[in-house]
Amino acid sequence: MPRITVTVDGITYEEEVEPRLLLVHLLRDRLGKTGTPVGCDTSNCGACTVLLDGRSAKSCSVLAVQADGSDVVTIEGLAQGGEWHPMQKAFHTEHALQCGYCTPGMIMAAIDLLRDDPDPSEEAVRKGLEGNLCRCTGYCNIVRAVRRGAQEMSQARQEREVPAS
Amino acid sequence: MSEELDAGLVAEQIAESGRLGEPSGAREVGRARRRKEDARLVTGRTTWTDNIQLPGMLYMAFLRSPMAHARITRVDTSAARGRPGVVAVYSGQDLADEQGSLPCAWPVTEDIVIPDHPPMAVREVRYAGEAVACVVATDRYKAADALEAIEVDYEPLAAVTDMTEALAEDAPLVHESGNRAFTWKFAGGDIDAAFRDAPVVIERTYVQQRLIPTAMEPRAVVATTDGDDFTLYSATQIPHVLRVMLALTTGIPEHKLRVVAPDVGGGFGSKLQVTAEEVLALLVTRRLGKPVKWTESRSEGNLTVHHGRDQLQRISLAAERDGRLRGVRVDLLADMGAYLMLVTPGVPLLGAFMYNGIYKMDAYDFTCTGVFTTKMPTDAYRGAGRPEATFAIERAMDELAHELGLDPVEVRRRSWITHQEFPYETICGLTYDSGNYEAATDKALALFGYDKLRAEQTDRRERRDPVQLGIGVSTYTEMCGLAPSRVLGSLSYGAGGWEHATVRMLPTGKVEVVTGTSPHGQGHETAWSQIAADALGVPFGDVAVLHGDTAISHKGMDTYGSRSLVVGGVAVLAACEKVKDKARQLAAHMLEAAADDVEFADGSFTVRGTAEGKTIQELALAAFAAHDLPDGVEPGLDAEATFDPDNFSFPHGTHLCAVEVDTETGACAIRSYVAVDDVGSVVNPLIVEGQVHGGIAQGIGQALFEEAVHDSEGNLLTTTMADYLIPSAADLPDFTTGRTETPATSNPLGVKGVGEAGTIASTPAVVNAVVDALRPYGVHDVRMPCTPERIWRLVAEAGAPAPAATAGTGEPAASGAGETTTSASTPEESAR
Ligand code: FES
Ligand code: FES
Repeated sequence: MPRITVTVDGITYEEEVEPRLLLVHLLRDRLGKTGTPVGCDTSNCGACTVLLDGRSAKSCSVLAVQADGSDVVTIEGLAQGGEWHPMQKAFHTEHALQCGYCTPGMIMAAIDLLRDDPDPSEEAVRKGLEGNLCRCTGYCNIVRAVRRGAQEMSQARQEREVPAS
Repeated sequence: MSEELDAGLVAEQIAESGRLGEPSGAREVGRARRRKEDARLVTGRTTWTDNIQLPGMLYMAFLRSPMAHARITRVDTSAARGRPGVVAVYSGQDLADEQGSLPCAWPVTEDIVIPDHPPMAVREVRYAGEAVACVVATDRYKAADALEAIEVDYEPLAAVTDMTEALAEDAPLVHESGNRAFTWKFAGGDIDAAFRDAPVVIERTYVQQRLIPTAMEPRAVVATTDGDDFTLYSATQIPHVLRVMLALTTGIPEHKLRVVAPDVGGGFGSKLQVTAEEVLALLVTRRLGKPVKWTESRSEGNLTVHHGRDQLQRISLAAERDGRLRGVRVDLLADMGAYLMLVTPGVPLLGAFMYNGIYKMDAYDFTCTGVFTTKMPTDAYRGAGRPEATFAIERAMDELAHELGLDPVEVRRRSWITHQEFPYETICGLTYDSGNYEAATDKALALFGYDKLRAEQTDRRERRDPVQLGIGVSTYTEMCGLAPSRVLGSLSYGAGGWEHATVRMLPTGKVEVVTGTSPHGQGHETAWSQIAADALGVPFGDVAVLHGDTAISHKGMDTYGSRSLVVGGVAVLAACEKVKDKARQLAAHMLEAAADDVEFADGSFTVRGTAEGKTIQELALAAFAAHDLPDGVEPGLDAEATFDPDNFSFPHGTHLCAVEVDTETGACAIRSYVAVDDVGSVVNPLIVEGQVHGGIAQGIGQALFEEAVHDSEGNLLTTTMADYLIPSAADLPDFTTGRTETPATSNPLGVKGVGEAGTIASTPAVVNAVVDALRPYGVHDVRMPCTPERIWRLVAEAGAPAPAATAGTGEPAASGAGETTTSASTPEESAR
């Protein structure tokens, strides 16, 4: 069985895996990273989205062996020092979740979306999240949350760049 | 948000909903509290059933029938048993003696046929996806591998997927007893008189296509045993009902069975069920003495989660020439699928009371035939019966408006119950306690910018713009807060509709609320905390809400049908009142005053006219210590209450939708959507708004995207999310929501329920809009889902548009496409 090294939420793991093992099952069943759920078996729903070397990836369509040497961030690794990521806060503030099953994937996809477009229009958010399905919210509040998260992230960046005197 | 929306009104609405600021004052109820449950959900610390790992746990996988209808002549599991990691393999026959029959708790008529429904098929399979054998192995991959080694010989039998065909004399029989499960009739007033010499009669046939509920979390079950004690974790909406039913089905004594619903990732009715997999997980854990887990894949789920809708509705309206309704007649075929599951037969009957909608009429007549077909059974899906009913009446009202050359809003005004007429006893014998259809409609029209959009529509029609604008309205009411138990009993429902709560003040003054409701996204922890915080005068953060575990919450009727707040939330309030009564006695004793002289405000009991008092927290500690209790008062400050209201509740509202339909491609895009709902008093406006949004999205899903499609052999063609399309963010607009507030009179909170409102109202609003756009082309119906292909074909067949029509009314049939008053569009005609 192939041996892989993968860093998940800052911790490096060495694992022997079957070649067919999906990354999402490695995370969930082997490493106990159950914050990332599975919603489909056709890469349609986006519930399993994680950041793989900084870009969003549907972890149900990545083999664990493909993640060898990679850095994975899941929803469980987003908060820093007990402080939620601005996108987590924005989802809470805008009531952008109900059952919450799609939420980890939505948040990870949203963060990646902002890498390309730090201030997306409503339409850009809607297009950007097309691969992440939510059955509860009707998306209005998700869109609001992503835009709020974007604002807060850019504010945080500015504050970092221009330290208050 | 489209520019037609009145910005001022929208801002007012938003402010009202609490989005821009929270009302000041100490009251929690009515405040847009952010949810307590979010913390675990946004950080991934959730307990989904599939997250549960128990030592020594095994995985189950099911071999499912590839045929819709066949006799099983041989099942050979021997090769599978030898596979690596395989612990056990069972066929239906292996478990035949223990597996019982899955329950149907709603025998709607005395002569109903309730076929035996083994969790795993023994002799015959009756729908594609029915479980035939199961493997238990050490991991999920090995379990799936071993399925391939099971050999099953099937002798194919004829499938029947269409209800009308299933009722034909020579139809293949799903069950030996015949394909008719029941016929249920219901009438009020003299229907023949209403139709006799009626100046206008509208007859239509509508197809409620089969839907797949598609909660984002697939179903999952973990069963474990410790000697003769059993625990079942399940992604279920109904842990309490499930426990009773599983005890009856498996023979595990109820007091030895604990059912836990951990975090549940959506339900929409699909987890209101007693499933084969839940029963089988218990049986297998009993046999092996080890914990077992089963998690469905999405494609497995599309086959085997109960489906929704699937009805064929014939509706006739008799009306005066001024538009006033005389009577409504409904003849309904309801597809039961192959078996009757928990409430399968009850779903169409819930609709029976709603085809009259918000309208006054002299007579009503309803007949429903439940039909067996070789498909997955249907059961509750968001709204359960009521969206179907609302769709039929609201589509038919548009046809009436068209026939009479009236504006669709105006035709509704002519027959609806006015606000002065409440309480109003309907032709169906229900008493609508409160409502104000005028107010909700006026507000919706203003938010929508109705007149401006109608003007644009006229302009586009005159210009023969290839992109036509359609405007759709739907007004609705629904029957929520399922209770009263007495009434449910009279409808042959197998359980009650009450709800239970326990409220405990802990020694330190904090509060535990235990509820019998079982949320899966509705925010009960937050809303119930708000109710308890106000009632007891304690901080919101000092309340914890416990639910979803029969070992903790010992009594309940669970969550479905917009009943949680209306029945369960009120039970919380009632239990708080009891706690306060006890605290008052204790305060009177400690303050040496008469109980009547003790007043309660802001969490303190004081003697009238003095500053002397005790906080409720001090009283909680005193009740715990019990050093000085009055005679006959038991230690502890806690109480239980059960609430069983004496009427349903009746939320209502008006939804408006503007759709742009490209007549050259058939594509349609929702341009704006306005929903004004009256859900009575509001506990948390943020949660209400969220529920409305989600409901609208699901209703739009039915109108435009979703359909479970079977081929003639009975194979499901939409097994994945690539084939069964639910709306994505890119498919939907921003919704504008507003509220009117007419409190319910049947409960002290004045609440009505909101979970289903959006779904009920949106489907007809959208389809009415699509049809409205196509009227100039002589198109008067589009079968759901209104896909681009369907629309394109209808337009292509209709040819060039008729001359431009009058704004606001479409064109009267007489001058338009020449459709006669009573022509029924058959499903075949409209199905293209
Ligand atoms: S679970 Fe990965 S996309 Fe659905
Ligand atoms: S919140 Fe339930 S699926 Fe998105």
